[in-house]
Amino acid sequence: MLSRRGAQRSRLGRKLLWLIYTLYVLAFLLYLYTPLALTSILAFNDRDIPSFPWYGFTTDWFYNPDFGQAGLEETGGAGNIGTGATGGRMGVFNDVKMMNAIKTSFIVAVAVTTLSLLVGTTTAFLFERQRFFADAALYFVMMAPLVIPGVILGVSILSFGNSIILWLRGIFGREAIRPIATLLRPGLFIVVLGQFSWIATLATMVISARLRRFPIVQEEAAMDLGANRFQAIMNVTIPYLTPAFVSAGIVSFLLSFENFGTTLFLIGNDPTLPILFFSRLRFSITPEINAVSVVLMAGTVLFGGIVMGLGQLRGHMSSGG
Amino acid sequence: MKSLHRSGGPRQKSRIPWDLVIPLIPLLLWLFLLLIFPHLRLLMLSLMKRGQKSLAEGGIFLGNYLKPFQDPDHLFIRVFIRTILFSLINTLLTLAVAYPIAFYVAKVVKGMRKFVLLVLIALPYYISELVRVYAWMNILRETGFLNYLLVDVLHVMSQPVEFLYNTASLFVVFVYSSVLLMLMPIYSSLEGLPDEQLQAAQDLGAGPLATFTHIVFPSSLPGVTAGFILVFMMNVGDYLIPNLIGGKNNLWVTEMIYNRFIVSTNWNLGAAYSLVTLVLTTFVVWLGLRLTGQTLRGVFSEQ
Repeated sequence: MLSRRGAQRSRLGRKLLWLIYTLYVLAFLLYLYTPLALTSILAFNDRDIPSFPWYGFTTDWFYNPDFGQAGLEETGGAGNIGTGATGGRMGVFNDVKMMNAIKTSFIVAVAVTTLSLLVGTTTAFLFERQRFFADAALYFVMMAPLVIPGVILGVSILSFGNSIILWLRGIFGREAIRPIATLLRPGLFIVVLGQFSWIATLATMVISARLRRFPIVQEEAAMDLGANRFQAIMNVTIPYLTPAFVSAGIVSFLLSFENFGTTLFLIGNDPTLPILFFSRLRFSITPEINAVSVVLMAGTVLFGGIVMGLGQLRGHMSSGG
Repeated sequence: MKSLHRSGGPRQKSRIPWDLVIPLIPLLLWLFLLLIFPHLRLLMLSLMKRGQKSLAEGGIFLGNYLKPFQDPDHLFIRVFIRTILFSLINTLLTLAVAYPIAFYVAKVVKGMRKFVLLVLIALPYYISELVRVYAWMNILRETGFLNYLLVDVLHVMSQPVEFLYNTASLFVVFVYSSVLLMLMPIYSSLEGLPDEQLQAAQDLGAGPLATFTHIVFPSSLPGVTAGFILVFMMNVGDYLIPNLIGGKNNLWVTEMIYNRFIVSTNWNLGAAYSLVTLVLTTFVVWLGLRLTGQTLRGVFSEQ
């Protein structure tokens, strides 16, 4: 009798435990999404101060069609919902500096992605297919960026670039090396190199992982059919690697586009989006920053969704085959 | 046909192994020009006096490494210890928050619900760290959502309070931004644990606690190590969270490095700070890998 009641009680206790567990998971999801959701809501709030309460819906902080025409149509324009004069509001797409920063980030990310994919591919082939002098040591150095904080990669490349300038100046004189000096001083060229220095490691790892699974007999079969080594790789191996190129490419692009730590030390006069975002933030918080956040979120979630979709697809394919 | 059995064939024309040389060139340029030489330069800078041109000229100078001990307020030492200590505490907090979630996703939910949950958990991490940290500023600042909720909606407080720039908010945002790095490796290692094994333990009379300590936790240990390393590293090297959320009372090594390189330029001192930090993070990673017998590649491919 007693034991039955005890069992009942323990079953009840277990149910309660499960309830608490499920609630914990829900609370965790809430913790993940509340800040992002609130920021997104604020981006559409029709109020000149970026905080609650809710004043109504507006897309002014993304694009204000009346921007720069403040006071021209005070009387009953359809755009003038809510409080103040709409004309003064600057949306993300009205903001020339912001658009330039997005463009800069885009250019840098494309350059970093291209370089990382190229070097990642050759490096993956090298370490997966070849044995050579000091390969283990080189592999070790290649993996090192995974444990070097991005900030330190940034300062090391900054100092090295500077030391090359000083060294060349000592040999050739200040005037002769001016073009090289501009490249090696903080600026976009060195930002690309700085980001590449560690993003290439990740690209190499993604491509290597797929190359390792490649059945090399297929390449040999192509060569038996008359293809030379290069043709066999280009026509058989490279197509096999395509999924790895896509995911390595997207990851590289995102990491570069969003990079802050390394870029902070190497940036010159053209800020990337994260750098401009940060300096605006330090200065004052505006509704426009919320809108930029939403643009960034939308872009990255789209990209991230593609990566995860690909991963899922690959999972299905490998479990099916 | 001519390229059949090319390697070692008697009619081979060139002695240069192109398939070795072509990929080796970009690799060597990358490793030497962007990793090895820059870090050697950092080492050289750290061993020179401010304004010294080369090591050959003025000899080795250890002052940059000794200066933190000679400073009357020991600022760097205090900041360094805080960075390590807070990063460790935060890594443990992240472990505590992430573990139940990882177990839930790996062992409790199945099928479509599991997939949806995984996507929901992973998706925010594709968003830039800057945006995620900024989103917390929207909640915590004096005109932020939390104050709006407490003062204007719930009337719990009469005056708004600044929730930013303190240690508690620092941890909330640190856990937020590093939880996935902990969650995913633990999830993958729990994923590999067969359900039958859990069932068997229970059939043999093991309670939940015994099942956890004898079966679940040991099999998740590789994931826990990987997560520990990833989160600790990310925390020590972070700049945004200490700067934007922690405020002036929670100065971080990365901020001190930034100050030495950009604000009040003393690259030699900054180089010493950087190398000390690098040696520490490398040591912690090495220790973690050694204690659990894992490789760096293994840790990162768990991601």
